[in-house]
Order: sequence, then C-alpha cells, then structure tokens
Amino acid sequence: MGGLVEALGLTSTFELLALSPPGWGGNLLRGLANSLQIAFGAFGFGLLIGLFGAYGKLYGGPILRDLLAIYTTVVRAVPELVLILILYYVGTDLINKLVMGFGGERVEISGVVAGIWVLGVVQGAYATEILRGAILAVPPGQIEAARAFGMPPLMLMRRVTIPAMMSFAIPGLANLWLIATKDTALLAIVGFNELTLETKQAASSTRAYFTFFLAAGGLYLTVTLLSGRVFKRVEAWARKGQPSLRQAKS
Amino acid sequence: MSADPAQDAGAAGAASEDEAIRVENLHKSFGQLEVLKGVSLVAHKGDVVAIIGGSGSGKSTFLRCVNFLETPSSGRIVIGGEDIAMRPDGTPVSRKQIEKARTRLGMVFQAFNLWTHRTLLENVIEVPVHVLGVPKAEAIVRAEKLLARVGLSAKADTFPAFLSGGQQQRAAIARALAIEPSVMLFDEPTSALDPELVGEVLSVIRDLAAEGRTMLLVTHEMKFAREVATHVIYLHNGVIEEEGPPETVFGAPRSDRLKQFLKSVA
Repeated sequence: MGGLVEALGLTSTFELLALSPPGWGGNLLRGLANSLQIAFGAFGFGLLIGLFGAYGKLYGGPILRDLLAIYTTVVRAVPELVLILILYYVGTDLINKLVMGFGGERVEISGVVAGIWVLGVVQGAYATEILRGAILAVPPGQIEAARAFGMPPLMLMRRVTIPAMMSFAIPGLANLWLIATKDTALLAIVGFNELTLETKQAASSTRAYFTFFLAAGGLYLTVTLLSGRVFKRVEAWARKGQPSLRQAKS
Repeated sequence: MSADPAQDAGAAGAASEDEAIRVENLHKSFGQLEVLKGVSLVAHKGDVVAIIGGSGSGKSTFLRCVNFLETPSSGRIVIGGEDIAMRPDGTPVSRKQIEKARTRLGMVFQAFNLWTHRTLLENVIEVPVHVLGVPKAEAIVRAEKLLARVGLSAKADTFPAFLSGGQQQRAAIARALAIEPSVMLFDEPTSALDPELVGEVLSVIRDLAAEGRTMLLVTHEMKFAREVATHVIYLHNGVIEEEGPPETVFGAPRSDRLKQFLKSVA
C-alpha cells in the first residue's frame, strides 16, 4: 500500500489529507460534522413546519391558508442564496434588537442554530407541498373509516393519515434531505464553518485546490450513497402492506 | 317495529328502553340539491331494517347521516337513548358526543376501507385498543375470535391488499364487530364485490341477523333483504315511498314506483 502510494506520487496528497495537523483531513471532517448537524436539524425543523403547513393548507381557515400560500410561494420563488442572506442577517439583527430592547447585551448567534433556522424555513416550504400532496393521496375512505369509529382528529392524524401518507411522501422527502445536505454549503457565505468553507480554507492555504475539492466531493458523495441506503429501508417500511409493482406485473 | 314516528307520538322525546336508533324528520341538502326530505325511522333492539331504493334515492346519504359522516341539514337523531345535540344547521354541538356515539355504531362500507398499512389483526384491534382503551392482549384475543368467526383466522397477519374483496369485506365486518356496537350500519356491503364473492359476505351478515343484532342495511340485494330484514324501507327521491314488513313490501307493494323498482331489479 505504502509503495503504491509512493509510486503514484500521492505521498504529499496523503500528508495534506492527514487527520492531524499539519494535515487538513481533521478540519474537513469537522466541517462535514457541522454540515450534517445542520442538515439534520434543518430537515427535522422543515418536516415539522411542513406537517403544520400541509394540515393548515388542507384544513385551515381562509386566513391561515393565505398566509401559508404566501410563505410557500415566496420561499420557493426567491433563490436560496438570497434567502439565506436575508434570513441570516435579518434574523440575527431582529434577535439582537429584541435582546437589546430588553436591556440585554448584544448576543452572538450560534452558527448551527442560525443555519438550522435558515435552512429549516426553506425546507419547510418544500416539505409543506410534499406532505400536502401525500395527504391528498391517502384514500379518503381510510380517513372516513377512522372517523366513523369515533377516532378523535389528532389520533386519526397519528394512527391513520401519517402512516398511510408515508409511502407517498418518502421519495419527495428523500430528495429534500439530499438538497438539505448540499444547501449547507450555501451557509459558507455567512461564514459558517461547514464542509465547503473548510475545504476552501484548506485549499487556499495549501494551494492544493484539486486535492481538497475532490476530497470534499467524495465526502458529499458518501453522504448521498449512505442516505440512499437508509431511505431505501425507510421506504420499504413505509410501503408495508402494498404489493410491489414488480410483483403486480408478473 | 314501527318506523313511522306518528305511531310513536306518545314515546317521542322519552325514548323507550329497547330503542336502538331513532331518526326524526331528517333533511339533507348538498347546496341546492335536497337529497333527504324528511326521513324518519325507529329501530328497536334486534331489528334488521333494510333500506332499498334506486340510485340517487338518498339511501346511502341517510345511513351516513346517522353517524354524522355527512352533516344533516336538520332533524333529530337519537342513538341508544342519547339525543345528539345539533346546531340549527345540523352540525353536532359536541365533537366528543358524536365521537362517543360513533363507537356504538359499527359501520361497514361499500369499499371496505380497511387501513392498508395494517394487517387484518391490527385493523381489528385498532379501535378497541386506541379509542376504547381495551388492553392490547385482551383485544387480540377478541380479534382472533372475530376473525375466526368470519373465516379469516389464517389471514390475521396478512395486509388487506393481498386479499380478495370478499375477504376484505369480511375483515371489515370483524373490525366493526370489535367495537361491540349496539347497531351495525351496512352501506351497500356487497356492491363492490365480484358476483361470486357476494355470497360469503351475505352469509356473515345473515349470521349476525340470526343472532339478533340490530342492523341498518342499505342494499341492492332484494332477495337477501327480504330474507333477513324485519322491516323494509323503500326510499325514492329522498322520501319514504313505502315501508313495512318484507312480506308486504316485496309481496304486495302498493305504490307504482315500488312495483316498477322491484320489477327493474328482479
């Protein structure tokens, strides 16, 4: 192995990617951890917004429906980079004004929290539409049956609607998760140390652009491949009880 | 059995002990279209009331109004002696009250409406465990008995999508029985079935009738209605055109419309 590395002239590459300084590998992995942390948080926060948004759009009153329509339209219309700049600076500014208004000290907003909040708001708009579509795809008879047996609304949502809509929602949500992992890179613009910013710093300090961006690309790809496997299992679970299309064809 | 509230005038308001369901002067409109124009019915314990009528006669709407799956426009509904409080526009005043009343009514749908993400056993224990608070172990024992009763013991762990329509409908009947309802509501239970599967579902319903269960049965199966019903109601355009014991309604119909209807479905 060592001989092969030397023969290919990759010795310096491996030194650059070493986990401990002077190698930058550790920084990249820390960046990845930050990215994943934000992606998880934003995806979860987005799902929560999406669930309320979908129910609000389907069953809410006219005012709530209008507000949600404005939310999903605006968020999906404005480029994410612009939204991130707006939400990040406006968000931190508002919080600081509020804190100082109550006589507090200027606070430093944690990058992770800000990232989760900003990306979560973006994800929520897409999740609202994915979940709304999935709820509409649930056969109305199944919801009606639950009502006919006296199931109260919240239990109906938990026991019938959500499990029944999962199989319709999973493909869209899997997309949304992958978008979340990559959108974390946009947070580099507000100076958050996620994978892309760490990579850029490593690359510009060492001038080894190709090495580091290729390594970062490999990390993103790994995340995608692992996510694919997880979502495959989740989808199989969500589709339990439904005959597979392959079976139906034969 | 007396389905004419006029005969029960003395009892109106003070429901008699063995009265399972009383519906008085039920109206239902969808926008401009008036589907039910004052339908009344009283079912005592053990009665099997068959509701027949052509398509668009309002028979399914009537059944769905009884458990408020459709909101009646006006009228009075008493379930097991409990008056369901309605606002002037027909919506129930208390969601809790209607939810409680619904747990006494075992509804069987035309399209089965089993929960496709749950096995047959899970379908049957769902409402007892989560709505009625029956301990899970006890609910399972009861569910297994019910599934055995409808001939589906071997399919307890199968998902509905892998079963025939007749099997799904029998499971749906077991699910409705699991709540130990005081009245079973059947909404055209065999209309979505292939002809060769109708018999197995009817035989389950026949057994239930034989054991003295109170049932409201909306059906197109005239022979079956004649056989199991204790009282038959013929609905036409949202009003009761004719009613009475099955021998009279089927054997000696008075109204021309009913005569024509019976001829057309024979």
